[in-house]
Amino acid sequence: MRYLPKSPADREAILKAIGARSIDDLFAPIPAEYRLNRDLQIPRQMAESEIVDWFRERSRENGDEYTSFLGAGAYLHYRPVIIDALISRGEFLTAYTPYQAEVSQGTLQSIFEFQTMISELTGMEVANASMYDGSTAATEAAMMAVRLTGRHSVVLARSIHPEYQEVLSTYAQHQGLGLTTVRFGDDGRIDLTQLQKAITPQTACVLIQSPNFFGTIEDHTALADIAHKSGAMLVVSIAEAISLGIVEPPRQADIVAMEAQSFGVPLGFGGPYCGVIATREQYVRQMPGRLVGQTTDRNGKRGFVLTLATREQHIRREKATSNICTNQALVALMVNIFMTVYGKVGLRELAKQNLAKAAYAAKEFSRHAKVLFTGAPRFNEFVVQTTTDPYDINNRLLEHKIVGGLPLKKFYPELGNAALWCCTEMTGRQSIDTAVRVAAEPTSASKSVPEADVEEVTR
Amino acid sequence: MKHVTRKATRHVSQNEGLVFEKSSAGKAAWKLPPLDVPEVDTEKALGASGRKDLGNMPEVSEIEIIRHFTRLSTWNYAIDLGMYPLGSCTMKYNPRVNEVVARLDGLANGHPYQPEKISQGALRILKTLSECLVEITGMDAITLQPAAGAHGELTGLLMVRAHHHSKGHPRKKILIPDSAHGTNPATAATVGYAVENLKSNSQGMVDTAALAAQMNEDVAALMLTNPNTLGVFEQEIHKIADIMHAKGGLLYMDGANMNALVGKVRPGDFGVDLMHLNLHKTFSTPHGGGGPGSGPVAVKQFLEPFLPKPVVISKPNGTLGFDYSRPQSVGRVRAFYGNFGMFVRALAYIFANGPDGLRQTTEDAVLNANYIRKGLEGSYDLPYSTPSMHEVVFSDKLQAKKGVRTMDIAKRLIDYGFHPYTTAFPLIVPGALMIEPTESESKEEMDLFIEAMRSIAEEVTEDAQLVLDAPHSTRVSRLDEVAAARKPILRWKPQ
Repeated sequence: MRYLPKSPADREAILKAIGARSIDDLFAPIPAEYRLNRDLQIPRQMAESEIVDWFRERSRENGDEYTSFLGAGAYLHYRPVIIDALISRGEFLTAYTPYQAEVSQGTLQSIFEFQTMISELTGMEVANASMYDGSTAATEAAMMAVRLTGRHSVVLARSIHPEYQEVLSTYAQHQGLGLTTVRFGDDGRIDLTQLQKAITPQTACVLIQSPNFFGTIEDHTALADIAHKSGAMLVVSIAEAISLGIVEPPRQADIVAMEAQSFGVPLGFGGPYCGVIATREQYVRQMPGRLVGQTTDRNGKRGFVLTLATREQHIRREKATSNICTNQALVALMVNIFMTVYGKVGLRELAKQNLAKAAYAAKEFSRHAKVLFTGAPRFNEFVVQTTTDPYDINNRLLEHKIVGGLPLKKFYPELGNAALWCCTEMTGRQSIDTAVRVAAEPTSASKSVPEADVEEVTR
Repeated sequence: MKHVTRKATRHVSQNEGLVFEKSSAGKAAWKLPPLDVPEVDTEKALGASGRKDLGNMPEVSEIEIIRHFTRLSTWNYAIDLGMYPLGSCTMKYNPRVNEVVARLDGLANGHPYQPEKISQGALRILKTLSECLVEITGMDAITLQPAAGAHGELTGLLMVRAHHHSKGHPRKKILIPDSAHGTNPATAATVGYAVENLKSNSQGMVDTAALAAQMNEDVAALMLTNPNTLGVFEQEIHKIADIMHAKGGLLYMDGANMNALVGKVRPGDFGVDLMHLNLHKTFSTPHGGGGPGSGPVAVKQFLEPFLPKPVVISKPNGTLGFDYSRPQSVGRVRAFYGNFGMFVRALAYIFANGPDGLRQTTEDAVLNANYIRKGLEGSYDLPYSTPSMHEVVFSDKLQAKKGVRTMDIAKRLIDYGFHPYTTAFPLIVPGALMIEPTESESKEEMDLFIEAMRSIAEEVTEDAQLVLDAPHSTRVSRLDEVAAARKPILRWKPQ
């Protein structure tokens, strides 16, 4: 086996050194009746070339030539090539959690920079080293608010990513947390009147997403006022990190829970991604996850360490702020490099392109269909309501090698034939024009798309 | 240095400040293509929601970024440099073909919501990996959704709870041995269970008499790591399972130490009802400085209805798809389907090994731990003489007489060119040195490690201060952790 660095002679020598007759001696502690006396029924050992071939085949079966208008919590943005060049260095790739600070300063300093940039972008004072993803970050942020306020219910917007809501409800069910969901208004924003009514003296936090699932930017100031007036916290989930380049961050929030996938992390069919929680300094001791802090060594030299570990499971066990241990460090490094590449000016320009592409697409769609929630500002996603079923439209688009917007029926049946469309800097005008045109075609045209037509749009 | 280190030599490494300290206005590492749609007036589009500026975000060029992170990287120790014997972390070789296949276009750029008909490749990977892991664990069904080991534990206990709830009584407690990893009790609390500690016996194993005494109808499950954190296989595992099952309790196995078992014995065959795996340990996906992990949970048939949704199914037309219609499911534990990129890597590892390679891997892992044990016996105190599987736990009892503790020995090991072992865990061994070499170490590398550890033991008797002041060869000496926690500085701020 090519990963194993021992010859048969080495194995013999080791067995001899430890005084065992055969390898079976070492497995003697396992009761004989449980030992497996056959080969595992899994594929046979493959050559490297065979492995690559097998996965190439799977890659080809996975839509590798399509242009996509899908967003909804997972965004296609350009990934500068230096991200993979740098994270592929074995010193980053094959190290573990930096428990031994003296031989982990590279990882520790980069996390410290990550925490700094996330704080800067979210308008918060501190950020942790990462959480699993946006959905668990939002959930853990809500649980953090529960600990901080000593209250036991959460009021959440129905316009939060539906799968984030599902995760929250999975975690909440056994912690005695009451969840109240507040509907969205005609402008796509959370209904403030309903929100006021939903908040009680037991409300630990108001949890919203902004830009929300429909791409609509919420009014953070108004929301913070409403929450704080009742002694509740405002927790803001951000699923599209690029928005932070141009959208004012929720500075009035108490906790921000983010999905940083947009910052240089491949779509990867849903993971691994990079959640992160940011908050105010005064709340840091209730924060879940790893934190890196600056300190000095015995000679007064600057260095970095994992800190405030007394919050964590390996010290506090059942009284820890969370059970999280391994997080998403290497993905956080991708995010870190992406933020460094684009920086102060680039992130803004990048966000502006996203805004422009989505604005153009929404305007074009509105000529033949109804674009919902136009009463409030939005970033790079919008909801289009059509007369025909969006699944039919998407089937027609697939023939043009285009993946259309996400039909919302499954999550929001009340919106009827609506779909959530996303445009990023990667979306070409030609693809937008094609999608708009195909979506506007009468349904009968879908039966057979003329060959010439296909040629034209894929040119 | 009194003793010669054969493994490592000091060499120059580059200094590097924080990236913010290199930033200045007008430098850039990015270039966007021309916009092919009309520009938007930001003020008009966003109004009060528009952002004015990005504060202290850096402005640097590409070459500076390359040098910045390359320099930082050289300050890390890593598996690629040498033995990284962190106990219970299974720091094995991370094959490079895994990285190549995970980056293939259709897999790296697949959107989780793209239609199933153009997701057959990803679905096939989910299904094939699931089948392999079910066979390896001897279980019946699996979810790949959990993002890490602790997340797998959470998912597992949610299923335990759902199972008991379906029987009319969710029960109240989880039994956890005192040798367990801290995530076990933390997880139990998250699922709303009380934690009851279970004392280990003199051999470091579950005391079955104590277990029988503590087991009752209020206990939902026992969370057992097997081999346990001492690297010891629970020889009375059948008895443990029987005690649990007799009173309707479940046996949950923490699969952190599965690297000792793959291809040799299957937890499903010795009475385990459900367990999680750590793909970043046993199945070679990179640890990446602390993740991403992946923590699939494998279960017996009776727990299958409770798996998180969605699950992958074969459709009547022969294609694969997701099934969301799962009325008894515990729900979702994460958005989308889990850390898919790690599934690709783990499956590539299984393909590279096959049944013979996986078995040989396990045998070598156990062989190596026993070689280390033999080499260090006499130099270090071995608190439990029970046979070791894939890792061995010593204590600093002999060195403590000179005022040298496990952390000091660990720091000195750095000077010898090794990453330290796991210190001060498991908690049942005061001053523990928990050593897991994995199968990835050659005899030569282990000989160097043994030599280094013996040399340190001699240094302790000859010149304890040398060890207490270690490391001597790193960029920074021991860091003030107390000051870091007392007055936390968690981000850079402009002067």
